[in-house]
Amino acid sequence: MPELRTRGRVGESVPRPDAPAKVRGDFSFGSDLVAPGMLYAKTLRSPHAHALIRSLDVAQAISMPGVRAVLTAADLPGVRLFSLHDPPDQPVLVGVGEEVRYAGEPVAVVAADHPEQARRAAAAIEADYELLPALTDPVEAIRAGSVLRELLIRRGDPEARAEVVVDGYYELGQQDQAPLGPEAGLAVPAGDGSVDLHVATQALHVDLGQVEACLALRPGAVRLHLAGVGGAFGAREDLSIHIHACLLALRTGRPVKMWYGREESFVGHVHRHPAQMWYSTGADRSGALVFVRATIVLDGGAYASSSGAVTANAACFGAGPYRVPNALVWSGAARTNSVPNGAMRGFGAVQTCFAHESQMDALAARLGMDPVQLRLKNALRSGEQLITGQRVTGAAPLEELIRLCAELPEPARSGHRLSLPGGAGNVAEAANVVRATGFAVGFKNIAYSEGHDDYSTARVRLERGPDGRALASIKTAASEVGQGVVTITQQIARTELGVEEVVSLPADTTVGDAGSSSASRQTWMTGSAVQLASRRVAEEVLRRAGPPARSLDAGQVLDAEGMALAPIELFLEEPIEREFEYHHRPTSGLNPEGQGDAHVSFMFVAHRATVDVDPEAGLARVVEVATAQDVGKALNPLQVHGQIEGGIAQGVGMATMEEIKQREGKILNASFTDYIIPTALDMPAVSSILVEEPEPDAPYGAKGVGEPPLISSPAAIAAALRAATGRRLGRLPVSPDELAGLAECEPDWEVTPGVSPSDGRRRQR
Amino acid sequence: MIVNGIERPEASDPRRLLSDYLRHDLGLTGTHVGCEHGVCGCCTILFDGRPVRSCLLLAVQARGHELATVEGLAQPEAPMHPVQQAFKECHGLQCGFCTPGFLMATVAFLREFPDPSDAEIADAIAGNLCRCTGYANIRRSVRRAAELSRQA
Repeated sequence: MPELRTRGRVGESVPRPDAPAKVRGDFSFGSDLVAPGMLYAKTLRSPHAHALIRSLDVAQAISMPGVRAVLTAADLPGVRLFSLHDPPDQPVLVGVGEEVRYAGEPVAVVAADHPEQARRAAAAIEADYELLPALTDPVEAIRAGSVLRELLIRRGDPEARAEVVVDGYYELGQQDQAPLGPEAGLAVPAGDGSVDLHVATQALHVDLGQVEACLALRPGAVRLHLAGVGGAFGAREDLSIHIHACLLALRTGRPVKMWYGREESFVGHVHRHPAQMWYSTGADRSGALVFVRATIVLDGGAYASSSGAVTANAACFGAGPYRVPNALVWSGAARTNSVPNGAMRGFGAVQTCFAHESQMDALAARLGMDPVQLRLKNALRSGEQLITGQRVTGAAPLEELIRLCAELPEPARSGHRLSLPGGAGNVAEAANVVRATGFAVGFKNIAYSEGHDDYSTARVRLERGPDGRALASIKTAASEVGQGVVTITQQIARTELGVEEVVSLPADTTVGDAGSSSASRQTWMTGSAVQLASRRVAEEVLRRAGPPARSLDAGQVLDAEGMALAPIELFLEEPIEREFEYHHRPTSGLNPEGQGDAHVSFMFVAHRATVDVDPEAGLARVVEVATAQDVGKALNPLQVHGQIEGGIAQGVGMATMEEIKQREGKILNASFTDYIIPTALDMPAVSSILVEEPEPDAPYGAKGVGEPPLISSPAAIAAALRAATGRRLGRLPVSPDELAGLAECEPDWEVTPGVSPSDGRRRQR
Repeated sequence: MIVNGIERPEASDPRRLLSDYLRHDLGLTGTHVGCEHGVCGCCTILFDGRPVRSCLLLAVQARGHELATVEGLAQPEAPMHPVQQAFKECHGLQCGFCTPGFLMATVAFLREFPDPSDAEIADAIAGNLCRCTGYANIRRSVRRAAELSRQA
């Protein structure tokens, strides 16, 4: 007889449950929402990076046709500041007598009958600014004491000496998450003074706390609902339209729709922290690392956002996934007059990975060692300690990743004209093209760190569906941002409950917090909550069925031999509902020496990039990125490969083309014409191996998978470009001028690695 | 003009963008707007069978023409169009915001190239941006869509 087995369980490549709606065009993204009688809102933003608002005159704007409300800081009812950071530091609106601290900061909001009326009214607000000097150099800011967070990690002998020492300076530009769906939402007043906000976000409850405080309504009077999210990658961790749309809805008593255009989106969300990094790495003649000393300066922009966590990540992972007995790492985020920087996929770890991996290659060259062998020699293993003193207790298959990735076959050469560097530009000469490879490894924490009580809540219900058969439903507040948490949680419910019919209810704040869809954490956190809630439901079914019932599968209650006793629905006269709040193992903060068990678990990854370069033309093509990734267990291999390919695309962008350019704190390229992201023709082939060493404590052993593809792929591409050109290439994204040897990245400041840049000196040119 | 086989009234405002007309006046919000100036391809529709950026056209320019949007690929309760089916099967989407644009570009492409090579596929979808997938599964989806279309 055929084995009784539920289809669509964990480990299977189940298609996304939201795919039918998304391919039919009837999935509602935040920007697609409508409500009867809704108004359209527009934000007036400061054109100046730093200025005092002397006056704001809204008289003309308010009298314009169709305009229903114009709000300034004078109209704010509650707390005037919001932030992911505690205490909050970012004004909801900057008022008269107050300072705007970045170009693009909101000053007023307008609601009107038509979006064009709202735009014109916002433009008609007369704002008088007194210009103030803009602080845009992060090192200068730190020297002036304008610091969001700084920390030091000191391990072993901070002055250790080594036989072989390499020093290097590295920079990383400001990357935009560039989700294709801009910020959007709809606020609907309920008439009793409460409001429903439908918004595209990464974290409903994190938003809710901030919105509630600023609206000053009674508890429960603000309800958040997840609108369709058009990509996130960190861009939706901070608030955007949330408070503004709610304020306008409450003021006018009408639904208010608000969305940002692409240009506005560039100042409407945080970006990846640009970094300047001074490194010194020492090893003995065998290649064993003796010390890493580093100073990492991050530009935090005008407000705190996630800078605290990014600063800590940059430091904790700053020496790389290696055995490093002696370390001195100074990491700090400067407060400047730039658009705030915060969360983006792999935050903190992406920046320092470029530096520590560049250093490993320089060290290998100095030692005359193969770069892969040097990494193998120093690769961190389970049971060993990070530079924070934390012992890795879970899976750490780094040596296996390195071997498997290095052994993947190298790509064949293509004869296609378009496959030359520069593609359709047709500039590169086939005869000049040099092929080379580069290798890099990286690691990062999963979920929240440094003592944060990280948890997720799930409610699972089992009942008779419309056809009389058992139907499970899952309710969580986890944000589906495209990563596929809806697929994974359904697979988990099927596995635990033995039923194939599973639906996901809309995510909103009527169920407990799920935390954010960030830090590669939802599979572990919400996955665990769904798994454990489902197990409690299953226990109740078995209790109702009585002995000899032992397990559930394929819609049946089974006995110890796996024989079907009865269909599950027989025991569902009364539905069963259970809720579970899952907390991960507590972590601790970092002490003044930067020591502590700050992280719950780690993901490791290896990348090998193959590039073709025409060094004379300064043109490069990333031909292939091969990768081996530590995934614990692939709950949905199709989705894991999708995350890997998507993350590598962003890594290719980071390494070769993506950078927000600023002058005096103003963004110069706020459009997809000028901020370039990879197209299908830029995208290399991806060859990936999933290494499944189960992680203790994680559901089915599954680690997160979202961030690692972007951690070391830029570093591997940089290494390959160096190998092809022989140039230093100390800056990402690598520019054509640097490839061609016409420019080189040089620091503006002389800084001793491991020491605060406060002690640095401006370099004479 | 005819949209998805239905005769529709002309836009009353001569400055109305075609993308806004479709989304706001007709409620066909499956056509998305990602960049507002013809770079991202999210707003791609078929204009007399040819793929166009609806954010770069005025609604009045569509007078007398036949348009197709993602909603026209299959009726709500009907089986999916082979291109829709392929993107679903092959995980050719994650967030899905760019998907309607890719679907419409693919429909037009496969009419011209029913049995495309990999290079032709990459070339055909290079005018549409996707930030989630890295395009690998989109390429697979287009290949699969060609297979399904030939079987159909």
